[in-house]
Amino acid sequence: MKIYPILTTAAALAVAAGGAVSAQTLEEVRERGHLNCGVSPGVTGFSNPDDEGNWSGFDVEVCRAVAAAVLEDADAVRYTPLSNTERFTALQSGEIDMLSRTTTRTLNRDTALGLNFAPVMFYDGQGFMVRQDMGVSSVLELDGATVCTSAGSTTELNLADYFEANGMSYEPVRFDRADEVLAAYDAGRCDVYTSDRSGLAARRLVMTNPAEHVMLPETISKEPLAPAVRHGDDQWFDIVTWTVYALIEAEEYGVTQGNVDEMANSENPNIARMLGAEGSPVGEWIGLDNKWVHRAIAAVGNYGEIFERHVGPNTPLEIERGMNALHTNGGLQYAMPFK
Amino acid sequence: MPVSRDLGPMAAPKPAFWTRSRIRSVLVQFGFVVLLVLLIQFLLANTMQNLARQGIASGFGFLENRAGFDIAIAFLDFDRNGTYLDAFWTAIVNTLVLATLGIALATLLGFMIGLARVSPNWLISRLAAVYIETFRNIPLLLQLFFWYFAILRPLPGPRQSFDVAGTVFLSNRGLYMPKPLLDSGAQLALLALVVGLIFALFMARSARRHRAATGNSVAVAHWWLIGLVGLPVLTWFATGASVEMSIPSLQGFNFRGGMVILPEMLAALLGLSIYIAAAVGEIVRSGIQGIDHGQTEAAQAMGHTRGQIMRYVVIPQAMRIIIPPLTTQYQSLAKNTSLASAIAFPEIISIIAGTTLTQTGQAMETIALAMLFYLTVSLFIAAVMNFFNWRVMRRSF
Ligand SMILES: N[C@@H](CCC(=O)N[C@@H](CS)C(=O)NCC(=O)O)C(=O)O
Repeated sequence: MKIYPILTTAAALAVAAGGAVSAQTLEEVRERGHLNCGVSPGVTGFSNPDDEGNWSGFDVEVCRAVAAAVLEDADAVRYTPLSNTERFTALQSGEIDMLSRTTTRTLNRDTALGLNFAPVMFYDGQGFMVRQDMGVSSVLELDGATVCTSAGSTTELNLADYFEANGMSYEPVRFDRADEVLAAYDAGRCDVYTSDRSGLAARRLVMTNPAEHVMLPETISKEPLAPAVRHGDDQWFDIVTWTVYALIEAEEYGVTQGNVDEMANSENPNIARMLGAEGSPVGEWIGLDNKWVHRAIAAVGNYGEIFERHVGPNTPLEIERGMNALHTNGGLQYAMPFK
Repeated sequence: MPVSRDLGPMAAPKPAFWTRSRIRSVLVQFGFVVLLVLLIQFLLANTMQNLARQGIASGFGFLENRAGFDIAIAFLDFDRNGTYLDAFWTAIVNTLVLATLGIALATLLGFMIGLARVSPNWLISRLAAVYIETFRNIPLLLQLFFWYFAILRPLPGPRQSFDVAGTVFLSNRGLYMPKPLLDSGAQLALLALVVGLIFALFMARSARRHRAATGNSVAVAHWWLIGLVGLPVLTWFATGASVEMSIPSLQGFNFRGGMVILPEMLAALLGLSIYIAAAVGEIVRSGIQGIDHGQTEAAQAMGHTRGQIMRYVVIPQAMRIIIPPLTTQYQSLAKNTSLASAIAFPEIISIIAGTTLTQTGQAMETIALAMLFYLTVSLFIAAVMNFFNWRVMRRSF
């Protein structure tokens, strides 16, 4: 789908100019009966529509979990595919209620762009992919290379910084959309394709000959990918934040999509409270009913299950848990206590 | 014929002050402008309030900040240490270069297609018709992708590039050519050539006028000689000018030195001009067919050839019909350069409404800058074309 970028932006601006963006996102979502969620236009494993237009993927599960918590229906989501350059305007203008789209949390976005980031769903970093037959084994050998990348990403900035810091030159070829980045690299326009490592793993799967390409060892940046909402609605921010924590906490306590109904009566008071047992205040505190966490887990499973289902070692992406393991396993995923 | 009694001569009653049409129209227009200004002010105020409430930065201060990204095609020097404002200028120049070359190429191709379309040769005319129908009816964005990948796919990598005498190289990195490096003397000589050309053109023109007025012809050949040869050569030797050639050579991943036309530039130029040329062709055809056939027949009767008739009788008059719709096509080409961002040509949308917008988050400001740019370019094209139109209309036949 090709949307003329300036048109969508102008439309979004018209929304921003016309109506005040409401601080009552929860009420709006309930009245509307569905959640508007911004996702990537198609990154294998993260968000991809099937032939019938049903979206699935790691990022999509977050939208579904929030819809299950808020609307009691994980399918009550309308997905808006957004390019890098459209994503923030869409959120700022109220076109979407939340963004769950391989988006890096940065100071600039958290402040000047008026966004609030939910907890990191995927700790990533920027990597480089090259053709195996080039015989290159390090990014530091890439002086003078032509590099394909997407416009409006942290990627293009890291690239400039890294090459500057190492006194190397390069020629950027920068596309609006990731599909074209891939097509141009695949057609031989560039020596190098750079993006988030997860994104490279996903894109490699759709190349003409995936085996011809290798990932270089360096990771040149931190790319904590997190869902985002806009400034000015604390309750909505809390809901998205704690839905993500719920997925992580569930994994830590061994609550799965399969056993969540049993676990709701668990002897462990922490688990029982989180899943909204009799007398639990988790609903009251956040402004939903008591069963919101229960529904989210029942709909999408815990963090580990989501990871394994869409991007883990047994999927075509073959991504190891690594930094995304629970803190108890030496990783960075650490939910705040449900107390 | 019976005459109605009511239709006697009647002095129209003097209309009330506010119904006099001149005054009324001024009042209505004034009211409209006031409303428009109020509406814009309301929208702006409301927007600023929304932005402030969401804590989103606003204003044009960001233009002074370091851009932090690079641009592959930059006719002005630009790198990551430049400001967003520098990036904006770079994008403007890139867009203008693309639009200017596109308009020139579309005009050339379009006139050829238009002439072919009215050719008495059935085959040529059909081919032109096929061209017009094909390229007019496929969305430009698809054509851009088509050309881009049609250029990229068949070309070899830089190490296997096609070369001409080891100086010109064609690969999927672009077309690399030797670049003359002019020292200051050579630059002066080039300037002298331009000045000499203008001078000779001026002398030739006054000679033509003189002949038209008096019937006596004046020799001008020596002025051409002085302007195009004498002046530049004199400057060349006076300054001891020299020119070096920068020849591209393969170093590491790519060619260095020389100058290059990148695939993005080539595809954007081809796509835009081939698309607009189809419309220009139609305009030229209808302009030519709009000239009374009697004119052609009269010229034929006087023994002129078909070429002469076209050149001296039909086209000068057809220009009156051609120029106004041509203006619209030129404007459309200039605006359509925005689609070239999809194939990585760094123009306004890609640099300003894409990267800068996303890196600064200042959507209102960046889109306003982009809109201001397109508006200025459109108005400029309209002004230039109106000038030509005025010249053509003024000419009497
Ligand atoms: N994480 C970076 C890069 C994001 C990015 O470029 N993501 C790619 C996947 S690797 C994407 O979603 N592309 C979809 C598209 O633009 O079509 C950022 O937030 O700026």
